[in-house]
Amino acid sequence: MKPFSRAQMAARVAQDIPEGWFVNLGIGIPTMVADHVPADREVILHSENGILGMGPAPPPDKVDPWLVNAGKQPVTLRPGGSFFHHADSFAMIRGGHLDLCVLGAFEVAENGDIANWATSENDTAPAVGGAMDLAAGAKRLWVVMEHTTKDGRPKLVERCSYPLTALGAVSRVYTNLGVFDVVKGRGFVVVDMAPGVTFEALQERSGAKLHLPG
Amino acid sequence: MINKIVRTMAEAMAGIRDGSTVLIGGFGAVGQPDALIEGLIEQGAKDLVCVANNAGTGRTGLARLMELGRVRKIICSFPRSAGSVVFEELYREGRIELEIVPQGTLAERMRAAGAGVPAFYTPTGVGTLLAQGKEVREIDGRPYVLERALKGDVALIEAWEADRWGNLTYRESGRNFNPVMAMAAELTIAQAMHIRALGEINPDHVVTPGIFVDRVIHVDRGPDWA
Repeated sequence: MKPFSRAQMAARVAQDIPEGWFVNLGIGIPTMVADHVPADREVILHSENGILGMGPAPPPDKVDPWLVNAGKQPVTLRPGGSFFHHADSFAMIRGGHLDLCVLGAFEVAENGDIANWATSENDTAPAVGGAMDLAAGAKRLWVVMEHTTKDGRPKLVERCSYPLTALGAVSRVYTNLGVFDVVKGRGFVVVDMAPGVTFEALQERSGAKLHLPG
Repeated sequence: MINKIVRTMAEAMAGIRDGSTVLIGGFGAVGQPDALIEGLIEQGAKDLVCVANNAGTGRTGLARLMELGRVRKIICSFPRSAGSVVFEELYREGRIELEIVPQGTLAERMRAAGAGVPAFYTPTGVGTLLAQGKEVREIDGRPYVLERALKGDVALIEAWEADRWGNLTYRESGRNFNPVMAMAAELTIAQAMHIRALGEINPDHVVTPGIFVDRVIHVDRGPDWA
């Protein structure tokens, strides 16, 4: 079994994003998706702090302190990019103007519920940021995450045990072991598997029933 | 002659009362009115409710204001970040109240306050902990949560350019929450990198018209930010 690396997961997501989409990428592996969109494919990246047409990180000597992404790291602006305030930025999100949002998650349920902002396991303050707006508002929500937790618990589940971010929002999940469509009334449908992964091995590492396409 | 430009921080901070709700612009350090926050620390108002996207980092600025015990409650979307040590200490010890609000709801609650809309229905947060205790209503087959406008007594914001009427422009992603906060407060105070003569800012480029701004103070962040 050869699980996808983080970079391969990001590349696998990028492969499925067509030219012309407006896309918001969350923090973590989702951010890496940008590095794998081919240079000649025009995908317009949105950052919730008020940027459309966000470009890659600048070289260290070209950092502009006024230009950061949602993770507060320095970025650049591509030709054609624009700036706007927070209420307009979330109007784009909530108003259904983004074609896609890619987020990380703690858990995704077979009904499309997502939990990605709080765990009940610690006493530190929860931090939601823009996750609930993005999950409720984008036309599509894809999740990219490890297939299981560090201690081997499945993250594809029947029902989320952590506090929810949004109900029934996820339509596709990319993990280090495979790619899954979340189909209403059916659940997780396997659309791709990492090299050497069998359906049985996938099912064993999942907390919900998996289905084959068709 | 209208002149909203003040020369001293004491003038900029005059009249901020104990118990005020203070809206603080910025997203992380970008567009965050550091000099005005320092001014508020000096000014002395306490028992404050602070509204900001983040709950401060390190031990300066908003974190310092909290550490001094001057903030009763913070309303924000993302209190946890690298270096939010003061907030986390206070929160763990139960010495500060936290209202966590989804980022877009936070922005829209202030936009609504500025626009005279007392409340609005939003799809964000439906079915989650953050909708508990709030009215949910189905409109055209989809459930929405009722969220109330969030008004400030004071807004502290950062602009790129300002003139004596209070017209403002912003720099790149430094715009963020600043324009909606400017609209949402009784008293809006802006620090600006550049002061321009009246008429010098292209009217097509004004983002926050002076009607939303009460005081302006010139604060140059230095060559790194030029």
